[in-house]
Amino acid sequence: MPDASLKKKRPLWYDLNLLHLPLPGLVSIFHRISGALLFLGLVWFLFLLDMSLASEEGYARFARYGSQPLVKLALLVLLWAYLHHFCAGIRYLFLDIHKGVDLPAARATSALVLAVSLALTAILGWVLLW
Amino acid sequence: MVTRTVVGAHYGLRGWLAQRISAVVMAVYTIVLVVALAAIRPADYATWKALFGHGLMRVATLLFIVSVLLHAWVGMRDILMDYIKPTGLRLALHVTVILLLAGYAGWAVQILWRT
Repeated sequence: MPDASLKKKRPLWYDLNLLHLPLPGLVSIFHRISGALLFLGLVWFLFLLDMSLASEEGYARFARYGSQPLVKLALLVLLWAYLHHFCAGIRYLFLDIHKGVDLPAARATSALVLAVSLALTAILGWVLLW
Repeated sequence: MVTRTVVGAHYGLRGWLAQRISAVVMAVYTIVLVVALAAIRPADYATWKALFGHGLMRVATLLFIVSVLLHAWVGMRDILMDYIKPTGLRLALHVTVILLLAGYAGWAVQILWRT
């Protein structure tokens, strides 16, 4: 006869902590989060493009606006979102054609995506924003 | 031998494919833009305006924006399908996303073709 009390105590190993996700899972959820961020950022991006291309004064306003620390920080976050989405997206295109689907390759390319997007964010952020 | 009956309207495939094709267009544009920025190094209004005013760049940017809209539509649709359970709210959000993206397209054309 099954022991009800024993059944109750069975552990459930649903680890919902993001940091405990395997690397491909981390890349996947970041892909989704960065995509949502980019969608929300679209209106701001168009606003900035509009301002910068409108006129000489608009460009000057854009330059002043873009030199504020908070604006720079927000742009840096969106830059990371874009670059992560870009790198992870390229990985997914390769997965679509069945390249890198075995576990060691999937883990290695996930680590590569995370590292390259962070490195590119640092480099492009430095060049474009500072 | 197992005979499979394929069901469904295949509308999922179109979205899936649009997602991939738009992704490739955006990736190519991104690299072109970074190379152009590195070559021109726009530091004032005149060079900045000339960069986006160039005929080829204008059309390439328009293609990029159309790709962003298609891509964002499929992506946001997937996100809404996963997390928003009440049908009415989900439908309202789908429509909001589509209207916003269509509006953005009009705004982008205005920005690029205004001189």
